Amino acid sequence: MTASDARYRWAQATVIALLCAPLAILAWDFVREIRQPGVAFGPDPAETIVRYLGEWAIRILLATLAVSPVARLLGRPRLVRYRRTFGLAAFSYAVVHFTGYLVLLAGLDAGTFLADFVERPYITVGLAALVLLVPLAVTSTRRWQRRLARNWRRLHRLVYAIGVLACIHLLWLSKGDYMDAALYGGILALLLGERLARYTKRLRERGVHET
Amino acid sequence: MRSAPIRPSEITPEHVYLSRRRFIAGGAALTLGGVGAHALSEDWLTGRGFRPGAPIEGEDTTPIEYATAYNNFYEFGTDKDDPARYAHEMTVDPWSVEVAGEVAKPGKLGIEDLLANVDLEERVYRLRCVEAWSMVIPWIGFPVKALLDRFEPTGAAKFVEFTTLHRPDEMRGQRSFFSGIDWPYVEALRLDEAYHPLAILAVGMYGNVLPNQNGAPLRLVVPWKYGFKSIKSIVRIRLTRRRPGTTWNMLQPREYGFYANVNPTVDHPRWSQASERRLPSTLFSPNRIETRMFNGYEEVASLYADMDLRRNY
Repeated sequence: MTASDARYRWAQATVIALLCAPLAILAWDFVREIRQPGVAFGPDPAETIVRYLGEWAIRILLATLAVSPVARLLGRPRLVRYRRTFGLAAFSYAVVHFTGYLVLLAGLDAGTFLADFVERPYITVGLAALVLLVPLAVTSTRRWQRRLARNWRRLHRLVYAIGVLACIHLLWLSKGDYMDAALYGGILALLLGERLARYTKRLRERGVHET
Repeated sequence: MRSAPIRPSEITPEHVYLSRRRFIAGGAALTLGGVGAHALSEDWLTGRGFRPGAPIEGEDTTPIEYATAYNNFYEFGTDKDDPARYAHEMTVDPWSVEVAGEVAKPGKLGIEDLLANVDLEERVYRLRCVEAWSMVIPWIGFPVKALLDRFEPTGAAKFVEFTTLHRPDEMRGQRSFFSGIDWPYVEALRLDEAYHPLAILAVGMYGNVLPNQNGAPLRLVVPWKYGFKSIKSIVRIRLTRRRPGTTWNMLQPREYGFYANVNPTVDHPRWSQASERRLPSTLFSPNRIETRMFNGYEEVASLYADMDLRRNY
């Protein structure tokens, strides 16, 4: 193992630890709440927990989208190696967020969930984002990357749509105040805009070469 | 975490907080949770006294630490713990209320003058929020009619409009760039609704004056309607011929009706109103109960005898 390999492993471990921190805080609050109800999550623990997990899912999803632009910006392309970790963390938070909704808010009641799914567009949209994340999580391994070759990139462009769906989910949840939706939506627009700008630039350059 | 309610010790000076703990333990008289000056002092209320009310049979009164720390008062922010955190920035002393519009004797009175002749009583009411959670709160107040009569509404008066304080310097939610709300907050009732004996103006809760986060010094409580109708920190009351525009109704007319009567058969477009979570709920029990028509106050049904409540939601 070279020195750079060791450094990479340490860095990777640190990134994983940081991404787990919000979950660890939640677990600790869970223990406090069980010991003395109301202490950690207030009078409405279900809402508090589900919202907390949802916020972290969207933050980490946006962080995932930010990895490659940041790597380019810093001129350190190898940073892209951490993107998979971020993406899997976003997926994990989304899964726990949805599970929290199912167990704590819907009370594991199929009727409540189905009614919500059909009638509440923000739940439909949120679930769509989660479902679309599944194939990306499954194909995140090197082996799948090799097997899908060029199609891997195409498939993983789904993450842009997922980001949009997640922001719509948040916007439709908002009541009277659009600060969070504007903040996360703004960051997403920036991240997607940067890619669009690069894409059109590439197209133009290619056009120049061909003539 | 950001959305977790803050501990009482963070919003209340320690001696007050400790004395509250003693109250909860011993059932003695307590010092209230809100910090900052009260337009109406505890002494004022002690001097006035109030007729105690009966608890709701079979339903626990919500513990005070939840009712004063979990609030929707968007003037101070949209998180449930924002009001408890920031409402002390609002000056409530001095406080006056203007009564205008279709009244024979309009005027602007200091809060103590305004309340000089009303008899205070305790009313333990369910509070059902449009967000599908509920609490049970012991208010101290008096029928809205008692106040309106003093200003002699004219025969032309059909509606009563209430307006909350607008003071961005002291109400950070009103300074927020991302707020969709056009301040000040306005609510209104039909005059016959306001005259119903269940509709009260509250000056206190849990045996003491209102904390700022609960709408000090004067708020409306209409127990058969969703909580957003029960406007807080009122500075202006206007009697009108025509139905006034009301804040949430103007913002999202499909989601928040003018009447906003608690009605389990008419869903909010984004969530069901058939049931509610009675707070505090716990980690392992959402404490979900069926929502009742008019929040269980069926005696108001006659106010809406000829109306289609699916359309007039």
